[in-house]
Amino acid sequence: MKDISVCIGGQAGEGINKAGLLLARILSYSGYRIYMYYDYPSLIRGGHNYAVIRGSADERGAVSGSPDIVCALDQETVRRHGGKSAVIFDSDVVKAEGTAIPATTIIGEEKSPPIARNTVLIGAFCRAAGIPPEIMEDAIRHEFGKKADGNIRLALRGYHAGEEVMPIEVSPGNGLPILTGNDAIALGLIRGGLDAYVSYPMTPSSSILHTMATLAEGTPLLVIHPENEIAVITMALGLSYAGKKVAVGTSGGGFCLMNEGVSLAGMAEQPVVIVMAMRPGPSTGMPTYSSQGDLGFVLHAGHGEFPRLVVAPGTVAEAYEWSARILHLAWQFQIPAFILSDKNLGEHPASAAIDLEFPMPVPSAISIPQTYHRYCSTPDGISPFIPPPLKGNVVKVNSYTHDEQGITTEDPDTASVAAVKLIRKGAALEQQMGHFGCVEVEGVIDAPVALVCFGSTAGVCREAGERLGLRVVRVIVLEPFPLAQLGTSLRGVEEIIVVEENATGQLNTLLRTYGYRSSRRIGSVSGRPFGVSELVLRIQEVLQ
Amino acid sequence: MKGSDYISNAQNTWCPGCGNFVIQHTLKDLLAASVPPEEVVIVSGIGCHAKIADYMQTNSFYAIHGRGIPVATGIHLGNPALTVICSAGDGDAYAEGLDHLIFAAKRNVDITVIIHDNRVYGLTTGQYTPTSPAGFAGKSTPGGTQEDPLNPLDLMLASGATFIGRCYSRDKKGMQTVLTQAVQHKGFSFVEVLQVCASFYDAHDCYDEHVYTPEDHDPTNRDAAEQLIREWNYTGPGRIALGVLYTRDAMTFEERMLAGKEGTIDRTGIIRNALSGR
Ligand code: SF4
Repeated sequence: MKDISVCIGGQAGEGINKAGLLLARILSYSGYRIYMYYDYPSLIRGGHNYAVIRGSADERGAVSGSPDIVCALDQETVRRHGGKSAVIFDSDVVKAEGTAIPATTIIGEEKSPPIARNTVLIGAFCRAAGIPPEIMEDAIRHEFGKKADGNIRLALRGYHAGEEVMPIEVSPGNGLPILTGNDAIALGLIRGGLDAYVSYPMTPSSSILHTMATLAEGTPLLVIHPENEIAVITMALGLSYAGKKVAVGTSGGGFCLMNEGVSLAGMAEQPVVIVMAMRPGPSTGMPTYSSQGDLGFVLHAGHGEFPRLVVAPGTVAEAYEWSARILHLAWQFQIPAFILSDKNLGEHPASAAIDLEFPMPVPSAISIPQTYHRYCSTPDGISPFIPPPLKGNVVKVNSYTHDEQGITTEDPDTASVAAVKLIRKGAALEQQMGHFGCVEVEGVIDAPVALVCFGSTAGVCREAGERLGLRVVRVIVLEPFPLAQLGTSLRGVEEIIVVEENATGQLNTLLRTYGYRSSRRIGSVSGRPFGVSELVLRIQEVLQ
Repeated sequence: MKGSDYISNAQNTWCPGCGNFVIQHTLKDLLAASVPPEEVVIVSGIGCHAKIADYMQTNSFYAIHGRGIPVATGIHLGNPALTVICSAGDGDAYAEGLDHLIFAAKRNVDITVIIHDNRVYGLTTGQYTPTSPAGFAGKSTPGGTQEDPLNPLDLMLASGATFIGRCYSRDKKGMQTVLTQAVQHKGFSFVEVLQVCASFYDAHDCYDEHVYTPEDHDPTNRDAAEQLIREWNYTGPGRIALGVLYTRDAMTFEERMLAGKEGTIDRTGIIRNALSGR
């Protein structure tokens, strides 16, 4: 079976993420599908950073047990990850058993910067795993571009200083792109018709902003970074009013600030897509770690009652597809629509098969009425949505309860009509969502015990489910809640185990609201994703 | 078009004698002379001023407290051909949304911001605002405020506003001159209207006595503008200068942001490009 895990660790500022990506590329070129976990505290220098790269024949979305090989740039890496693994270490600074590589001496001789030590160890890893140097060179060329030559020299020195430890099966190929969830969200939004992205930096959503800003250069795509999250969402609503398809991105703390804008979008029926990347809270929490603790917050964000769409993709490919789709749906229904993500989905690269030409629905043509009323009442609650200027007409949108023209009202009948129109629109949305796969069933699809989960635990639950012979039911669309689809997915299930990375069981609560009782709940609040072996153990515990 | 075409059929609920009427009618007259209603967007926040969005028969975005300016910025970037006029209150622009005001000036967004500054919260029935005079006894400060007011014009000058004007709601003619120039100005126009609240802070007497329009003031002279702006600090007596107090030319936000952004987006091209590197 093709499955290998390699860990590289050192201090912040030693290029661990970049090194992880290079290892990922090497394994990808060796014929593996990869998943990478990157762990870093919220600091710029020092501390302990590490990446675990897993290569597998199948798509994997989690790390398994301890890594097979550890590349240690510092003693801490050996201490934390050394255990049962083969260790390759910089023998100039680290004491360990295993493959000693004088990486610091080598970069001194090559007059390379200290950050290049990781490349030397990666060379030694390739030797250890029996990966041909040509593959290593290709991967370095891909990752380093113009600076490849120097790095290839360093990697080859590591390669020749190393030794073969556990050769893996190598079948050159696998050209799948390696994307993070955030990359996929950015590309999906672009595919879906995005005209503008507005965001204030906040981990773990920031890399969407960075990617978008780079991709937008020299194109008509607009990327704006305003003064704060309140400006982000209100500016986005202005763009939306002017006819642009727009998305914003943030994390919990920033989303707190955006809430008034969410209510405004709901009342004004001004569409916007909000990427909400969860991290542990409350307040600043652990900025660089992950959580599924904001599900309830997003489901209930804003005040008052209005329809919304909340989608939690679980894989990189899903993130692409649903980001494209949600933009379309937000505009079709003129609602705030959420992509609920987290650090574990957003920041961890994986091999991803995505469909470049993912077909987008074509919006139906709106006939321009003689007299346009922005909020004209219709059977499905969806009013024609036309941006200004519209000759002979004005377009009035309003945060107050309003009549069909958009003029403020407090008249009881008009107010009731307006509120009911929103609710009708919610029903129309719910009906429309029936056409999409809002629930994913994996593992043993007719097993009597089901793991129920959402979002980034997709990969780990799938694998644990496969190992234990369980059904894995994942709710992708959380609002409107796909009650009928969930019913079908859980047919014949005798026991439900809910797995989620929070303390209070927010998905569990949601399920209970709809009449589904779990017998067990597995939670985690460490900020780290479940590993497969860990989750298997936890499930076995609750099954006994 | 006639001025009356710019007035909607919404029932007007401003108090008799409110300075907002003068702002609305001045706007109506100057727009009738220059821009068709479907090309104007009135953006407002929350407060008495904000009802202007309902009362004007133009495009409008009746937003939320303090957030008119970012909404207006978004609309302008989304379609720079629209004439975007943002009405805001003093609570709106100087308290809840001050950061947005400063950043709009810093960015030189080509919108006109009209502050309906009655120096009191009207719609919440009479609390002090950032420009209420020191010692102002409002409902939340019955013993008088314990802070001094802000001079918003001075702040706007420091923030980089490229057009600063002040008017008085009893001087419709002067207001017409300033607002017309403000709307025509390419860049961020800040106009503070001393708009008297007939119900909670009737400052007519004070204004009638102290306002004046300086003669021979050169609004491109920053030092002179600063001097005029600092003549009155929103507390106590002092001459209150009206008119266009400062202007300068500068690149606008959209000129900088939208340069090279014409045409359609080659979505597949962007995605293919991105994937080739991953
Ligand atoms: S309370 Fe004051 S500002 Fe409000 S409408 Fe009445 S007079 Fe005008």
